[in-house]
Amino acid sequence: MSGAAAHARLTGVTRVYAGPTHVHALGPLDLDVARGEFLAVVGPSGCGKSTLLDVLAGLAAPSSGEAWFEDRRIAGTVPDGIGVVFQEDASFPWLTVADNVAFGLRRAGLDGAEIRRRVEDALGFMGLGEFARAYPAQLSGGMRQRVCIARTLVLAPRFILLDEPFGALDQQTRLLMGDELLRLWRRTGATVLLITHALDEAAMLADRVGVMSARPGRFIAFVPTGWPRDRDSRVVSAPEFGALTAQLWSHLRPESLRAMGQARA
Amino acid sequence: MSEPARQARDALAILAVLTVAWQGAYEYAGAVAVTPPLGTVAFAAHLLGSARFWEHAAATGLALADAFAIAAVLGVLGGLALGLWRYAADVTEPVLAALYAVPKITLYPVILLLFGLGLPAKVAFGVIHGVIPVTLLTLSAVRGIRPVLLRTARVLRLTPRETMRHVLAPAVLAEIVTGLRLCFSLTLLGVLIGEMFASQRGLGFLIINGINNHDVRMTTAVVLLVVVAAVLANALLLATDRTLHRG
Ligand SMILES: Nc1ncnc2c1ncn2[C@@H]1O[C@H](COP(=O)(O)OP(=O)(O)O)[C@@H](O)[C@H]1O
Ligand SMILES: [Mg+2]
Repeated sequence: MSGAAAHARLTGVTRVYAGPTHVHALGPLDLDVARGEFLAVVGPSGCGKSTLLDVLAGLAAPSSGEAWFEDRRIAGTVPDGIGVVFQEDASFPWLTVADNVAFGLRRAGLDGAEIRRRVEDALGFMGLGEFARAYPAQLSGGMRQRVCIARTLVLAPRFILLDEPFGALDQQTRLLMGDELLRLWRRTGATVLLITHALDEAAMLADRVGVMSARPGRFIAFVPTGWPRDRDSRVVSAPEFGALTAQLWSHLRPESLRAMGQARA
Repeated sequence: MSEPARQARDALAILAVLTVAWQGAYEYAGAVAVTPPLGTVAFAAHLLGSARFWEHAAATGLALADAFAIAAVLGVLGGLALGLWRYAADVTEPVLAALYAVPKITLYPVILLLFGLGLPAKVAFGVIHGVIPVTLLTLSAVRGIRPVLLRTARVLRLTPRETMRHVLAPAVLAEIVTGLRLCFSLTLLGVLIGEMFASQRGLGFLIINGINNHDVRMTTAVVLLVVVAAVLANALLLATDRTLHRG
């Protein structure tokens, strides 16, 4: 078995958290992510979305099944070419914005001029130019998340995984951050997997939305959105947009009810 | 009132209260226990001009520097290692806390048997006072580190060494400086006690020797000088501490 066709692939993956509680968090599930695709994943809370990301990023090993990235089996470490943006603020508080963004490049041993060029470019792209010398503590939550995105972006990952990156932001900021994410995706040609709990965010940004069941999470539907590649947040006012979110919700509603029942039990 | 001005005012107020208390102690106990403030300051100034005093001060300084360096390095590295190795930390932490509660003076005979009289015993006694608090504070700093920062280190494909140096160390630095401040005061305490009981040199020896020879003036003046030096050193470390915690 190999992952030849897809950029990233999961086959028969499950993940069980051992220990006294023994939580079967995920799967068994299969997933193919095409090269250059923007895939969104929605699912009820606690269904295993973050666990799915951990397995795809190589941060956690599947309990059974296999995870593949660029025709190599993921085992033990995060493969080169993968970038992750977490839900929580992961900026380093002891570094300035510019040093945060330069962090990965310095570890990779690039020369100073090249680092400066790439950092400046990423800061400009994320609208952080004026804040290069500020510390994260001086920035808003949204700006810190941008710092984390910029820190990932400068490394030019071929597969970017984002775990509810805009969860903490207000609605307007989320729409604008979504636009930035789309620009980034178009510019880099990277494959993007976005985990979100917001149906409208998934419907507006993705080429395809994977809907997950209640825990243990599996994919119950994949809904193509049909948007052109050069879309932006204004698709929310397109006539198809309402139908799309309604379709997602009709898949998700019974699962969310089930998840609520699990939480109560 | 500006921040430095307020601090200066507070320092002066504390100084005034201490001077009054000191004078009060003198009025109460008389010259057999302490000498009064003014005379003591004069004698302390005289001591600062004598070569013999500086020999003793240098002996204490040397022991303190050795002990502080050893306690700081052992404590910080030990705390980091324990913090990273969860199982060992779970086992060791209560043991360390219990050990720390042992009155260290009871270990003194053992230290003397092991090291004999002189510098090594003083250093060892300083180390056993200072090393445990800095270990425990470093350990708790490592445990308090946000997991997402360590996950970020993995995503950035850092080696364990790079993670230690570029993520863990800076994340725990501010807490460690607090630990070092505590370590410094306690190490000084340990060294002075060591000098009182097992040495012919050092400020601790001068203090105890003053008591034995009924040279109250000497004892009081040396205590005064030690207090002033310790307060200054602490203020320096505290300033560093504050700068780091602001970030
Ligand atoms: N380290 C862990 N140990 C035990 N159970 C866990 C652990 N992490 C997550 N879980 C459980 O696994 C399930 C899926 O978690 P997660 O992947 O975080 O869900 P989601 O991101 O969809 O909200 C949840 O029921 C959660 O409580
Ligand atoms: Mg999650």
